[in-house]
Amino acid sequence: MTSGEITSVGTAGAAPEHVAGRGAWFKKLPVVHQVRQSVGLQRGMLIAGLVLTAVFVLVAVFAPLLAPYGWSQLRDLDGAFGAQQPPSAEHWFGTTVGGYDVLSRVVWGARTALLVVLVAVLSSIVVGVLLGLVSGYFGGWLDRVLVVVADAVYAFPSLLLAILLAIVISGGQSSMWGGILAAALSITVVFVPQYFRVVRAEVVRIKAEAFVDSARVLGTGHWRIMTRHVLRNSTRTLPLIVTLNASEAILTLAGLGFLGFGIEPTAAAEWGYDLQRSLADVTSGIWWTALFPGLAIVLAAMGMTLMGESLNDLADPRLRSRARSGQVAGAVAATAVGATSVEADPVEADPVETPEPKGDDA
Amino acid sequence: MASRSTAGSALGRYVLVRFLLIIPTVFILVTTVFVLMRATGDPITAALGGKLPPDQLAELIHAAGYDRPVIVQYWEYLTGIFSGDFGTTISDNRPVTEILTTYGTATLELAAYAILVALVLGVPFGMVSGYFRDRLPDAVLRILAILAYATPVFFAGLILKLVFSVWLGWFPVAGRVSTGGEITMQLEGAGSGFMLVDAISTGDPEVVLDVLSHAALPAIALGLLTAGVFLRLVRTNMIGTLGTGYIDAARSRGVKESRLVRKHAWRPALIPIITVAGMQVAMLLVGAVLTETTFEWRGLGFQLAEYLQARDFVAVQGIVVLMAVVVAVTNFLVDVLAALIDPRVRY
Repeated sequence: MTSGEITSVGTAGAAPEHVAGRGAWFKKLPVVHQVRQSVGLQRGMLIAGLVLTAVFVLVAVFAPLLAPYGWSQLRDLDGAFGAQQPPSAEHWFGTTVGGYDVLSRVVWGARTALLVVLVAVLSSIVVGVLLGLVSGYFGGWLDRVLVVVADAVYAFPSLLLAILLAIVISGGQSSMWGGILAAALSITVVFVPQYFRVVRAEVVRIKAEAFVDSARVLGTGHWRIMTRHVLRNSTRTLPLIVTLNASEAILTLAGLGFLGFGIEPTAAAEWGYDLQRSLADVTSGIWWTALFPGLAIVLAAMGMTLMGESLNDLADPRLRSRARSGQVAGAVAATAVGATSVEADPVEADPVETPEPKGDDA
Repeated sequence: MASRSTAGSALGRYVLVRFLLIIPTVFILVTTVFVLMRATGDPITAALGGKLPPDQLAELIHAAGYDRPVIVQYWEYLTGIFSGDFGTTISDNRPVTEILTTYGTATLELAAYAILVALVLGVPFGMVSGYFRDRLPDAVLRILAILAYATPVFFAGLILKLVFSVWLGWFPVAGRVSTGGEITMQLEGAGSGFMLVDAISTGDPEVVLDVLSHAALPAIALGLLTAGVFLRLVRTNMIGTLGTGYIDAARSRGVKESRLVRKHAWRPALIPIITVAGMQVAMLLVGAVLTETTFEWRGLGFQLAEYLQARDFVAVQGIVVLMAVVVAVTNFLVDVLAALIDPRVRY
């Protein structure tokens, strides 16, 4: 890093953010903030990721309007759809070996995937962050045990763990919500150690900071220190992990489905299951049953990976592309200070928290 | 670490501590698997429930000892594992260890090919991508890398199969070797389990070619996934090393750009590859399960999927535990290797 960059980070940086003040609160939202910060290729990747993800979410939400048929519908007024029909005007993506409409199953599959991702990511954040916070803050034997267990689970091949949990939770086959919860919870167990490790590491670092000591001296309780002072400063890397995990969740769900541990075809549409069914089709040259659900997985996972990758690059000063000199210095710098500082920002009014534990701007 | 006396003893200490850490890891894994599998009830009901009358079922359960207290069974399972006994499968009544030795080599072979593909594609393209940072080649390669790891291996496998086997007919659709090749190998008495080794030992180039053409698509499908990860990693590290002072120094001495990348920048950029390659083992095994199913590659993963379909949880348990142990041991070896190469790791 050259000295020139440091200067721009340090001085020009702080001003615009503070001047902009609270009126522009939305500019500080995790992803919005990073879009403004990014330039060139990184911005392109981030926006492409956002668009793909938005399309995925919209398709999932409006599935009932978009899908021409139900996910387990075999016939309409004109009679049965027929099995393995090539794409046609009635069935844009053709029909499967079981006689379902491929397009409808792809569209409805987005809904299943989104539900699984939401449940999995939310529950692993809650559990992982809570455990990491308690473990890192209090330390002691509990901390040591949790670290060893988290490391062991982390080392476990994730899909295998998910398979075992799917067996336990649902006996391997189930209704729509049973299947969604089984898949989501199996994925949760795999993800919890990641959040745990990240948050714990941050908590251990932050609790040694002077502002935590000050709070303690003032008689603040453990719970308040943990939630207000420590937690708010240790969540800065979470958006990144969330996006990468979301794409991993989609792939794990598909993997489970592919091995026959997903959701029953009559209960909900699931892309991995459809791919498993298309294995035999491919050998006889039937491409539409494999191509479309597969592409759906790739696009959904790719959208979130693109987002995660760009967030990762933006959080890492070595990888962050900067606007060439002369190009809106303020916009670039504003971001550099706290890289990620939305959550890391101390609450303005609280004097105890003001000494922000950041190296760059000190 | 306290002792800084000699480099040797520090390394020895590190290796020992790291080795001892495997024990709790493996113990936790084995216990987790056992608890999870038994939480569903006994394996015999799971496998044969509904297929046999209840009294016969109860008899089988009693004979296998699944009606005893769980803690006793757990102890028996643990001691069994340490003496190399992983139990007997329910669906086809074979010792799990036999399955592991029969099919483990196939999975190992596939993983080796995949790593080869990943290195050949990932490392050079990662260097190119890092060198041309934020310019067109970088943009294209990064998008491809992301595409590679956003694509589930089984979908990549299906597409490769569709295009290159079914439409173009360049490669066989599935399996590890054609029947003719298998017979030749059996006649020659080659039975190491590694198809390529066996094929070479027959001395028949046609058999070697046959084995390689069977391996090509699964290796590419599984390798692409890892190649994407490698590319990203090499790129990141290239960017890091290209920004350091000694690169500037070399450049100012007039070292040519191509030589700069090939000789100066890439070595430090490769160290993290070793660590990450180790972490990839877990991903590779999972990928192997899915790839093997796609290509009917008769390895551990293919068997695992078969046993999952048959609800044979003793076999599942055995295969999963073995894979977990392989991952734990690989991680250990990787850490030791990293410590040997980079003294900073030893702390």
